[in-house]
Amino acid sequence: MSPPPLRPAPMWPADVLRVGGYGLRSRPLRVVLSALGIAIGIAAMIGVVGISASSAQEIERRLSAFGTNLLTVSAGQGVGNDPVHLPDTAIGMIGAIPGVESVSAVGRTEARVYRNDHIPARRTGGIVVYAARTDLPAVIRSRMAAGAWLTAATGTFPAVVLGAAAASELGVVETGVDSLVWLGDRWFTVVGILAANDLISDFDYGAFVGWPAARAGLAFDGHPTTIYTRAADDAVRTVQPLLGATANPEDPGAVDVSRPSDALAAKQETEQTLRGLLLGLGAVALLVGGVGVANAMVISVLERRSEIGLRRSLGATRGQIRTQFLAEALLLSLLGGAGGGLLGTALTAIFASYQGWRTVVPAWAIAGGVGATLVIGGLAGLYPARRAARMAPTEALLAP
Amino acid sequence: MHLAGVSKRYGAVSALESADLRIERGELLAVVGPSGSGKSTLLNIMGTLDRPTAGNLRIDGYGVAELSDRELSALRARTIGFVFQQFHLAAGVPALDIVADGLLYGGRRRADRRRAAERALRRVGLGHRLRHRPHELSGGEQQRVAVARAVLGDPPLLMADEPTGNLDSASGAAVLDLLRDLHGGGTTVVLITHDRDLAAGLPREVRLKDGKIAEEVRR
Repeated sequence: MSPPPLRPAPMWPADVLRVGGYGLRSRPLRVVLSALGIAIGIAAMIGVVGISASSAQEIERRLSAFGTNLLTVSAGQGVGNDPVHLPDTAIGMIGAIPGVESVSAVGRTEARVYRNDHIPARRTGGIVVYAARTDLPAVIRSRMAAGAWLTAATGTFPAVVLGAAAASELGVVETGVDSLVWLGDRWFTVVGILAANDLISDFDYGAFVGWPAARAGLAFDGHPTTIYTRAADDAVRTVQPLLGATANPEDPGAVDVSRPSDALAAKQETEQTLRGLLLGLGAVALLVGGVGVANAMVISVLERRSEIGLRRSLGATRGQIRTQFLAEALLLSLLGGAGGGLLGTALTAIFASYQGWRTVVPAWAIAGGVGATLVIGGLAGLYPARRAARMAPTEALLAP
Repeated sequence: MHLAGVSKRYGAVSALESADLRIERGELLAVVGPSGSGKSTLLNIMGTLDRPTAGNLRIDGYGVAELSDRELSALRARTIGFVFQQFHLAAGVPALDIVADGLLYGGRRRADRRRAAERALRRVGLGHRLRHRPHELSGGEQQRVAVARAVLGDPPLLMADEPTGNLDSASGAAVLDLLRDLHGGGTTVVLITHDRDLAAGLPREVRLKDGKIAEEVRR
């Protein structure tokens, strides 16, 4: 008569977790230290991805707010250091190019602006006075922070609109008849303050007066120095090469044509390169963390030989011992991964709020972090777990 | 349990030489001998923790030589309880959970195991020590916890390896009484010891010398 076949009972999943966690509970300090490596790696990677995603979204937001179809045409440097002026006809010529939607211009003047008439002449604060056309804000999509832009009427009077930084430099907080600045040796009324423009940051330090007022009172020669134009989105590529010759047919080489949104896009590009580098560093940290977990597990197996022997005597199969140590390694690295995810998200949130961005941590980064953690924990636990399972029960029980 | 011509060699060293032994259900016997006589080897083989180099061992109708490692694990989980000289209690774990782990590999639910553990602890007289951790217990109490763990699943066979070796005589006597009680309840108890006086108090005594069964005494 042969007895019934022997089959080991499977362990309940909750028991697998509990037994896997047992080794961690009994050595909390080692758990923290060996999970730290993984945590740092994951935090670095989540932080890098999160910060660059937040920054990308911010650039995206600016690009969509200010558009990518703005082109600028500036007078370049002539022989010597004299700025070359653009011909008066340039504005009309550019406006006639097919695909161009709108055109405006400023002319740089030599005038200076001060808070009042007692300020020494050399303390200009770096503010540049421009003669500006009334349609400028519409073309560069600038909004007013206060007051109103120059009109056909105010453009003939001593009235000025200040850039955001220029206004705070001059201590101007409100607009109106009581708000005066000393500009070109006479008082100008501040009628408006511009909100910051991310595409043309130069204008933050600008003071804008009407074209007629500049000609009349500021010795302005009436030639535009920079022309701003919007082309239809699908015409930007065809309009851009034509601008130089159109603006200054006699000397196309003396004209600088640029697309301000390119600078923002280039910034994004640079960040992507940097991101690749930082991600690589994070991966190295993660790898080091994995080695740390493997090391902790090998030591743990050696220290717990008698526990292994006891479990074998209680009826644990080799597979159950292997599962126990693998579960322990996975829990350990998962712990590190969770900590790192929280840390990385927190870093992103702190950095983004410091920059005034919205915090964006892509879900794929979190999922990838958890996945990488599990893979690393599994790999790190594989060898120690196999080693624990191969241990003979008698040999294990002999250990002190 | 039946051993026929069981030998164990470690390299060139013979630890046990053609041992023949038959243990019937419900026996209480001592395996006695000086250190190095092969007692522990015999216990490891009888407890299926180690395989003999030669010879046959049958436990409960199973031929151990034909069983895989997995099947042996299941046999141990179901049939054999162990008590060791060093107790082997997990540090920092309450007695109740230590004992409950005696059934961890038996496939029963945790709540079930803990209920059984509480009963087992009461049975060994430690009903008031359920939440205590090993370092809060005396040596005798620790060994009684280990006994409770070993008999949790009512295994028909209990292997005790020098269970009183690390205890003072009073605690040792208490543990011994416990083993006698279990035997009274029908469990087969194999007690391994170097203590001749202790062995002399048991109904059957198997004396080992230099890896051989030198003599057997029945009372």
